[in-house]
Amino acid sequence: MSWETVIGLEVHVQVNTNTKAFCGCSTEFGAEPNTQTCPVCLGMPGQLPVLNMEVARKTVLTGLAINADINLESKFDRKNYFYPDLPKGYQISQFPLPIVEHGHLDIPQGEGEKRIGITRIHIEEDAGKSMHEGLDGVSHIDLNRSGVPLMEIVSEPDMRSADEAVAYLKQLHQLVRFLDVSGADMEKGQFRCDANVSVRRPGEPFGTRAELKNLNSFRFIKQAIDYEVARQIELIEDGGKVVQETRLFDSAAGVSRSMRGKEEAHDYRYFPDPDLPPLRISQQEVDTIKAGMPELPGQLRARFESEFGLSSYDADVLTQTRELAGWYEALVAAHPADPKRCANWMANELLGRLKEAGKDISDSPVSPDGLAGLLDRIADNTISGKIAKDVLDAMMAGEGDADAVIEAKGLKQVTDTGAIDALIQGILDANPEQVEAYRGGKDKLFGFFVGQVMKASKGQASPGMVNERLKELLKG
Amino acid sequence: MPFSTLSDLKARLDAGETTAVELAKQYLARIDAHNGKLNAFVDVDHQHILEQAQASDAHRAKHGPRELEGLPIAIKDIFCTQDGPTTCCSNILKGYHAPYDAHVITRLKKAGAVLLGKTNMDEFAMGSSNETSAFGPCRNPWDVERIPGGSSGGSASAVAGGMAPAALGTDTGGSIRQPAAVCGITGLKPTYGRVSRRGIIAFASSLDQAGPMARTVKDSALISSVLCGHDSGDSTSVADAPDVDWLKACEARDMKGLKIGKPKEYFVDGMDAGVRSAVESALAKCVELGAEIVDISLPHTASAVAAYYVIAPSEASANLSRYDGVRFGHRCENPNDLLDMYTRSRDEGFGDEVKRRILTGTFALSSGYYDAYYLKAQQVRTLIRQDFLDAFEQVDVIATPTSPIPAFKVGEKTDDPITMYLSDIFTIALNLAGLPGMSQPCGFVEGLPVGLQWIAPAWREDALLAAGSAYEAATDWTTKAPKGFGGAA
Repeated sequence: MSWETVIGLEVHVQVNTNTKAFCGCSTEFGAEPNTQTCPVCLGMPGQLPVLNMEVARKTVLTGLAINADINLESKFDRKNYFYPDLPKGYQISQFPLPIVEHGHLDIPQGEGEKRIGITRIHIEEDAGKSMHEGLDGVSHIDLNRSGVPLMEIVSEPDMRSADEAVAYLKQLHQLVRFLDVSGADMEKGQFRCDANVSVRRPGEPFGTRAELKNLNSFRFIKQAIDYEVARQIELIEDGGKVVQETRLFDSAAGVSRSMRGKEEAHDYRYFPDPDLPPLRISQQEVDTIKAGMPELPGQLRARFESEFGLSSYDADVLTQTRELAGWYEALVAAHPADPKRCANWMANELLGRLKEAGKDISDSPVSPDGLAGLLDRIADNTISGKIAKDVLDAMMAGEGDADAVIEAKGLKQVTDTGAIDALIQGILDANPEQVEAYRGGKDKLFGFFVGQVMKASKGQASPGMVNERLKELLKG
Repeated sequence: MPFSTLSDLKARLDAGETTAVELAKQYLARIDAHNGKLNAFVDVDHQHILEQAQASDAHRAKHGPRELEGLPIAIKDIFCTQDGPTTCCSNILKGYHAPYDAHVITRLKKAGAVLLGKTNMDEFAMGSSNETSAFGPCRNPWDVERIPGGSSGGSASAVAGGMAPAALGTDTGGSIRQPAAVCGITGLKPTYGRVSRRGIIAFASSLDQAGPMARTVKDSALISSVLCGHDSGDSTSVADAPDVDWLKACEARDMKGLKIGKPKEYFVDGMDAGVRSAVESALAKCVELGAEIVDISLPHTASAVAAYYVIAPSEASANLSRYDGVRFGHRCENPNDLLDMYTRSRDEGFGDEVKRRILTGTFALSSGYYDAYYLKAQQVRTLIRQDFLDAFEQVDVIATPTSPIPAFKVGEKTDDPITMYLSDIFTIALNLAGLPGMSQPCGFVEGLPVGLQWIAPAWREDALLAAGSAYEAATDWTTKAPKGFGGAA
C-alpha cells in the first residue's frame, strides 16, 4: 500500500521597510554588529513599541494578492520565551487575530494548477542573532536584526510532495518580490521556511507531524522533506510511531536531528500586548492599497504572450521578477517595431552575459535604451545580427553605446552595391576553378562564395546583399 | 518653608523673594537632616541638583519663568532619568543608568523644574507599604514606626516630611493615591492614556499611569498641566484626549448642584471605623457646600482585587522578562551555562514579592489556565468598567475612602500578602476601568492621616479638581504637617 505525504509550510518573510517594525532603526543588511539598535529594540526598561504602519500596508498588499480576507481590526500579542537574542523576553506577534486570513496561491501542476490554501499572514518582529562559532567558547549577540519586521505566512497542509512544496515556495517567493514587500533574499535570511511534514495511508486522517526548521534554500527544502518522509515511512513500516517533535535539518550532512520533543515544547503564554492598541485599518485604506497593486506574475505572463506575441518560455523568463518585466517593457517602448526581437536579445544575449558576469538586471551596464539602440541598427541593416553580438560585448564592457562602438570599430555593414560587387569580383577572380564548377551545376559551392566574401569584408558586408549580388554575378 | 505649597513657592520665586538655588539648598538641607529617619530618597546628587537650580535661575533672568521654573520636584525611582541611577528599587537594576529621560521627565525639564533626587518605592512598584524596596523600607513622617503606603511611598513620605514640595508617582492599583492618603497629602492619577508611559519602567502596562503627589489640589493640577499630553512614542497615549483647563478647574469654591455618588461597596464592615467616620464627615461637609449625596452601587467591586491580581502579574511576568542578566542589570557570578545565568541572576536580583507576582502571572497565562484566569479577569474588567459607566449616568463624581485602614506598622503585614493586597481594595477598580482618581486629606485617626478619594468619568479630571478644591477651601487639612518634622499637626 502506498503512502501519502502531507506538508504545510510556515514562511517568514522579511518586510522590506527602511526602518524596523516598532522603532526607527535602520533595517539595512550587513552593518557592523549592534550598530543598528536603539533602546526600544534593545528592550531597555520603560521603552515602548510604536508600529511602523508601512509594515501593515505591505502585509495587507500581500494579503490582497493571495485573495485573502483583510481583518480591519487585528491585535498584537506577546509570545513569551527566554533567549539571549530576544531582548524583551517576548516577541511581539499576532496570535488569535492576525491581519490577514483565508487566502490561497495556485501552483502549476501538470497542464493545470493546484490551489494551496493560506491560513493566515501575521505581523511579527524578528529576534537578534546569536553567534557561537569560532569565538573560543563565548557566544556573541548581534541585535541589528532585533525588531526587523516579518510576515509569517502559514499554509494549509495542502501539499503532497516535496516538489509541490518547492513549487509553492517559488511562487510565493516570486510574488513577494513582485509586490515589492520583501527582498526575499534567502541568503540574507529574508525568506525562511519551516515545514510541517507527516505521512499517512491515502484516505486516512493526518499522521503525526514533525516540524522541520532552518530550511534556507529551495534545494535544502526538498532534501529535508524527502529525508523526513523516508524517515517517517521507514519508522512506521518497522512498527514504530512518529512522535511530534521539532527537527533541525543539517544541510551539510543531509540529515535532520531532533531539536525538541512535545514535552519540551515551549508554552509561549500568548496574551494581548498591552503596549499596542488593536491595529485598525479602514476599508478605504485597503481599497487604496488594492488600487496600487502591481500586475502579478501570472497576469504579466499572459499579457506578454498576447500583447507581444512571446513564446510562453520567453514570457516566463521575462516575468521572473518585476525588474526584469519592467526592463523588458522599457526595451519594447524604445524599440517598438519588434517585441520578439527585444525578447530574444534580452532573454538570450543580455541575460546570458549578465549571468556570466554574476550580475543582476538592476546592475546591467546596458540600459533598455542602450539595447534598443543596438536593435535599431540591426533593423536598419547597419550591422548584422552576428556583428551585433560583438557590439553588445563592447557595450557591456563600457565602450559606449551601439553607434559609438560601430563607429569606433568600423563595423558598419557594407550595403553599397559597387563595393560589394568589387569584393565579389575579387573572390571570383581568385577562384576560377570553383566558379567553373558552380556554373557546371555544383550549387553547393554557393555557400563557399558567401563565406569568402563575408570573410573578405571582415563580416561587414550585408549578408542579404552578398547573397543577392553573388547570385547575379555568378550567372556570368 | 518645608511645608509650603508649590504654588506659594512659585509666587515667591516670581516675586523675586527667593531663587531656585536657595530653594534647592533649603530642601537639600531638609533631606540631609531627615532622610536618615524616613529613607524617602534613595539617590540625591547635591551638585547636580544645584546645577539645575542655577540653570533655572539663569533661564529666568534671561527669558523669564516657564511653568515650573525653579520648583523642586522629587522623582519616584521608576522614572528613567539620564542623570544618576534608575533602579526601580530592585537589586536587579542596581547601578543601572538609563541613557534616556522618560517623556514626562523631559516635560518637567522643559518646564524648568528642578529634579530633586530619586525616591524610594516598592520594588518594581509591587507593594502597598514600600517594604519590598531593595533599599529598605521607607517611613511615614506621621509615625516613623509606620509604613508610608506604596508603592510611591518615598514620594509621599518626602512631601509629607517637608523634604520636597511635590513629587512624581505612578499608580497601577493605587500607588499614588494610597500613599498620598496615609501620608496626608494629595495625589492624582490621571485617566489612562493622558500621560505618556515612555521611559517609565513598566509594571502592568494596561494599568500604569504617572501623576503628581503634592500638598494641595492646585499643586497637583499645576504639575498635571505639564505632565499630561500626547506622546507619539507611546501607542497608548491618546492623541485626541479632551483638554482640561487644569488651573481653572481648581477655582471652584462650592459644590452647588454637584451629585456625588456614594457606593455602598466602599463603606463596608471590616474597614477602620475612624477612616469611615472621617470620610462620612467629609461627605457631610460636601453637603454643606451644596452637593447632593446619591447612594449608588458598583456591584462588581468585590471582584476587582481578584481580577487585578491576575491581570497585573500577568503583564508584569512579561514586562520583567527583559531582566535576564544578558544586556544590563545584575548578572550572577560565574554562570555554568545559560539556564544557570538566567535562574541565578533573576533569583539574586528580584525580591520575594516580585518573584511571587512573576510566578502568579506566568501561571495565569499558561496553556490550559489562560481562559480560567486571564480571560476571566479581562471579562471582570469589562464589567467593572460598565459599573462605572452606569454610575456616571446618575452622578457627576464618586467619593470613597482611599484606603480602608490608616498606615500600619512596618513589618506588621509582611507575612500576609493577602491582607496586604486588600489595602488596595478601594483604589484598584478605577485602574481597571482606566478612570481618573484623586486622594486628598480629610482627617485623622489617632494622629494618622485619612484620605478621601474622588473618582470621575474618563478625561474629566476637571471634575476631580473642582470637587477637591471646594472641599480643600472649606477645610484646613492641607495645613497640617507632622510635628516630628517641624509641622503643626
